Amino acid sequence: MRRALAPAAALALAACDAPQSMLQGGGTAATAIADLWWVMLTGALAVVALVTGLVAYGTWHGRTESGSLRFVYLGGLALPVAALSGLLVYSAGVGRELETATEAAPLRVEVIGHQWWWEVRYPDAGPGAVLANELRVPVGRTVVLELSTADVIHSFWVPALAGKVDMTPGRTARLRLRAESAGTYRGQCAEFCGAQHARMALHVVAESPARFRDWLAGQTRPAAEPEDDLRRAGREAFLAAGCGACHTVRGTDAAGTVGPDLTHVGGRLTIGAGVLPNNIGTIQGWIADSQTIKPGNRMPAFDRLESTELRAIAAWLAGLE
Amino acid sequence: MRGGRAASVVASLLAAACEADAPAPEHRIPGAEAARGAAVIAAVGCGACHVVPGVRGARGTVGPPLTDFGRRGYIAGRLPNRPDNLVAWLLDPPAIDPETAMPRIGLGERDARDVAAYLYTLR
Repeated sequence: MRRALAPAAALALAACDAPQSMLQGGGTAATAIADLWWVMLTGALAVVALVTGLVAYGTWHGRTESGSLRFVYLGGLALPVAALSGLLVYSAGVGRELETATEAAPLRVEVIGHQWWWEVRYPDAGPGAVLANELRVPVGRTVVLELSTADVIHSFWVPALAGKVDMTPGRTARLRLRAESAGTYRGQCAEFCGAQHARMALHVVAESPARFRDWLAGQTRPAAEPEDDLRRAGREAFLAAGCGACHTVRGTDAAGTVGPDLTHVGGRLTIGAGVLPNNIGTIQGWIADSQTIKPGNRMPAFDRLESTELRAIAAWLAGLE
Repeated sequence: MRGGRAASVVASLLAAACEADAPAPEHRIPGAEAARGAAVIAAVGCGACHVVPGVRGARGTVGPPLTDFGRRGYIAGRLPNRPDNLVAWLLDPPAIDPETAMPRIGLGERDARDVAAYLYTLR
C-alpha cells in the first residue's frame, strides 16, 4: 500500500532539491562544468565593470589626445588576447578532464533515444537488462554512456551530472559521468525532436554500489510469476489484448520492440517518460488514454478494454518490480 | 491614492480567484487539510484519469471530471455524496463497485480524508 506512494513522494521531494540544475552538481563532470561557468561569469563581470568604468570616465573627462593609441593596443588587443588565451587553455583542460578515463573498466550503459522516450540497456549485464526512462548508476564509479537514436536527433542532458551530448542518427556518441552523491537527478531531451519533446524526461538514480548490484541483478531476471488471481488475470488480458506486439515482458510471450520493455515497469519512478508518477492508477490512465496524456505518442489508447481487464492489467504491471 | 485603491481591488480579486471555496457545512471533514489533499492529488497523478480543477496538468478523460464535486449528488453513480462515503470510495473503489475502472490506489486514511476535503472545495 505505502509502497505505491513512495515513488510519488520521492519525486515531490526531489522537486524541491532542484534535481535538474547544472549549478548544483552531483557528479564530477557537472562540477567541472559548473566551475568553468563560474570562472567565465566572474571574468565577464570583471570585463563589464572595467568597460563601464572606462565609459563613465570618458563621459566625465572628455576626449584627450595623449596616449590614446597605446591604450588601444593594450586594452583593445593585448588584454583580450591574454584573457581569451587563458580561458582557452583552461576550458581545453576541463574538456580533457571530461574525456579522460579514470577507471580501467567503467560501467557501460546504452541509452537510445526514441520519439519520445529513452531505452536504457546494460550490455555487460546480459541481453535482459533493458529498461526505459530511468537509469541507475553506482555512486563513485565512472559510467560511460553510449548514446544513439532510433529515429530523429535527440540530446541527452542530465545537467546535475554531466554535459549535454547529441544523439545523432547513425552514430554512437559517448558521455562519461560519475555521480559523487546518491540521489535522483532529472534529465531532459535537449534537442527538439517532435511534438512531445517537452515530455521526454528521464531520471538517473545514483545509489550505493551494493544496492546498484542487487538492482541490476533484479533487472536481468524475467518477470515474476503473478502472486494472485487478479494479477494472473491481468497477465492473460495483457497478452490477449495484443500488448505484446509492441512491448516485451521477459518470461511471457510478449516480445515486441516498438515500445518500452515492461518486464520491471512497476519498479520505475515514472511512466510515459516522466509524464506521470508510477502507480496502478496512472498506469490505468495511461493505458486507457495515452493520447490525451501525451498526444501523438506511438501508443494507441486502449479504452476498449473492459474495466475489470484494465484494472487487472494495471495490477499486474504495477506489481512487476 | 487612487492607484493604491485600484491595486488593492485587483489584489483582493486575485486572492478570491486563488482561494478555494469553503465546503458546504455537511461536507466539512474535521481535521482534514484541503491544501495537502491537492498536493496528494498531484503526487499520486489522479489527473491521469480525471479533470481536477486547481491541480496542474489534471486533464484526464478516462473517468468523470471532478469539477463542482461539492455539488454533485452521487459518487461514481453509486453512493450519496457524503464525506464518509467519499473517503471509503477513495480508499477502495472496487470493494464498493466491483465493475468500476477505478483501482485501489493505495491511499492511506489521512491521504483519503485530505483528498476528500479538497474535492469538497470544488463547487
